[in-house]
Amino acid sequence: MGSTRRCEGMEDKLVEYLDGRAKPAQRRAVEEHLAGCEGCSVRAQEFRALWSVLDDVPAISPTPGFDAALRARLVAEPVRRGFWEWMPAPRFAFAALALVAMSVWVASVPRVTPNQSAKIQTAVSDADFSMIRDLPVLENYDVISKFDALSELPVSQDPARAKAESR
Amino acid sequence: MLDVKAGDEQSFELLLRKYRTPLVNFLNRMVRDSTAAEDLAQEVFLRVYRARKEYAPSAKFTTWMFRIATNLALNSVRDNRHRQMDISIDQPVDAGDEDQRTIDVPDRTPSIEQQLLTRGRSEIILRAVHALPEKQRAAVLLHKYQELDYDEIARILECSESALKSLLFRAYETLRVELAPLVKPTEALKN
Repeated sequence: MGSTRRCEGMEDKLVEYLDGRAKPAQRRAVEEHLAGCEGCSVRAQEFRALWSVLDDVPAISPTPGFDAALRARLVAEPVRRGFWEWMPAPRFAFAALALVAMSVWVASVPRVTPNQSAKIQTAVSDADFSMIRDLPVLENYDVISKFDALSELPVSQDPARAKAESR
Repeated sequence: MLDVKAGDEQSFELLLRKYRTPLVNFLNRMVRDSTAAEDLAQEVFLRVYRARKEYAPSAKFTTWMFRIATNLALNSVRDNRHRQMDISIDQPVDAGDEDQRTIDVPDRTPSIEQQLLTRGRSEIILRAVHALPEKQRAAVLLHKYQELDYDEIARILECSESALKSLLFRAYETLRVELAPLVKPTEALKN
């Protein structure tokens, strides 16, 4: 039973061994088995003899018309043009690409409409106006010194007022 | 092949000159029809040419080429087998006797000794190789006649190396028995 199992294990080793392509460890294992197994040893000899017999099949040459027939089929092939082959020249392709990129960039930049521009100007004017309006109070120290309660109020986030206070 | 991919037509000519003979021989041994083999070989080169732009050198060119060839050969063999198995539905069958519903074909295959007398040695060998199951046949042809590496043949046949070696073992075992008279001609003549 043990030798049968070992013989079955020869199935994927014997051909490689006879080929001369087995790794050293595998070669030694096969040689060890062949030395002790007559059946596999005979099989190995007959495989070698078989390979000599298979060499008796002569090679054939393609017929003289082979190349011409192939060329005729190649010529009859439909021409497939890839996407880039439609471009006339590399420099034009580059120019077209640059134009497309620039168009995309210009389109992505946010524009300021006339209404938005007017609103911004109005907002600035309103800030200046309220600063001017409160100026007499701000310049009166007596009034400011009594405004302790104001310190408990949250600081205004208005940048125009913050700028005015910083002066 | 990379030069062919780049559009070098002369490189394609070089590939053609280098591989047409081994390709025709492989296909001839697979399908046992030299005319069909040449037709299939041309088809292989056509497909190589068509796919040249997509070619990526992730595997050897021969692996790629022989995989195309093997697939075409297997398709051809299967198509021919189906044609040979066609039975006319108009063929009369004796409905009265159940035993005669099947069509019995006498085995007129001559013994190998008779074939030795009437056929060439190479024809007998090719016949035995052609009688192998398709994948075993392809494995033997790629191993014995094209002398490709195991990993290459395994990729072509889309199996593991271990499976390939078992395939080859079983194929050679069958051929060893089938072609025994050729291996030991003196013993065959005694019988």
